[in-house]
Amino acid sequence: MDFGAHAGFILAAYGAAFIVLGALVLWVLLDHRAQRQAIAALEAQGITRRSARAAAEDTH
Amino acid sequence: MALLDLANPQRFLALVRVLVPALAALAAALLVIGFALGFRAPADYQQGETVRIMYVHVPSAWLALGIYTLMAIAALGTLVWRHPLADVAAKAAAPIGAAFCLLCLITGALWGRPMWGAYWVWDARLTSMLVLFLLYLGILALWRAIEEPGQAARAVAILTLVGFINVPIVKFSVDWWNTLHQPASVFRLDGPTIHPAILTPLLLTAAGFAALFLALQLAAMRNEILRRRVRTLRLLAAAEAR
Repeated sequence: MDFGAHAGFILAAYGAAFIVLGALVLWVLLDHRAQRQAIAALEAQGITRRSARAAAEDTH
Repeated sequence: MALLDLANPQRFLALVRVLVPALAALAAALLVIGFALGFRAPADYQQGETVRIMYVHVPSAWLALGIYTLMAIAALGTLVWRHPLADVAAKAAAPIGAAFCLLCLITGALWGRPMWGAYWVWDARLTSMLVLFLLYLGILALWRAIEEPGQAARAVAILTLVGFINVPIVKFSVDWWNTLHQPASVFRLDGPTIHPAILTPLLLTAAGFAALFLALQLAAMRNEILRRRVRTLRLLAAAEAR
C-alpha cells in the first residue's frame, strides 16, 4: 500500500494509536492482577470482610 | 436489570465477567473491518492519503468528549442520586478519557503538519481540546490527592461539572470562531458531507473504539471495586491490630 509523500505522518498516527491504546489495555490488565494479588495476600493473613466472615460462621 | 441492581458489587462483577470479553471481541472485529475498509477507500480529493488519519483521530475526539460527558453524568450521580457506582464509574473513566484525548491531540498534530504546515496552532478547536486534556489531568491529580474515596468523589464531581462548560465550547468552537480546523462534517443538521466510501469505515472504527472504551471502562470499574475492597481489608487489619 502506497501512502505517498505523507506516509510517515500516517504511519506515525497509527503507531501512536497502537502505543496509547496498548498501554491503556496493559494498565487495566496489570492493575487487575495487582488488586487480585493484594486481596489474596490479605486473605492469606486471615483478614476477610465482615460479610464473608458472617457467611463462613453461618455454615459452621 | 434495573440500575439499582447494579449497586450490588457482586452482581456488577458477575456482569463484567461476561460483558468485557464480548465487548473486546466486538471491538476487535469492528476495528479490523473498519481499518480494512478505510485503507481500501479512495484518497480524499483535497487531503489525499492523509485522510486515513481521520479513522483514528475523529473517533478519539468523539470519545474524549463523550467520556467527559459520561463523567459529568456520573458526577450528578455522586452529588444528587448518591448511586454507589457513580464515583467508581467516574474514576475509572478519567484515565481512559485522558488517553483518548491525548491520542486525538497527537494524531491531530500529525494530520495538521502536512495539511496546514504546522503541528500546532492556537485556534479555538485545538486550544479547547488541549483545555479538555488539562481538565482530565487535573481530575486525575485530584483523585490521587485525596485519600478517602468519598471525599475525593465529591471534590472531583464538582470539578468535573465546572469543567463540563468546556465540552460545548469544543463542539461549537468551529462555528463560533474563525478556525483553521474544519467545521463538523458528520453530525450536521443537513447530514454528513463525507462520501459514503469514507464515512462507512469512519463509523465502523468509531463503533470499534466505543466498544473498546466500554470494555476498558467495565474492566477499570471492576479494578476500582477491588481496590476499595483492598482498602477496606487493610483498614480492618489495622483496627484488629490495635
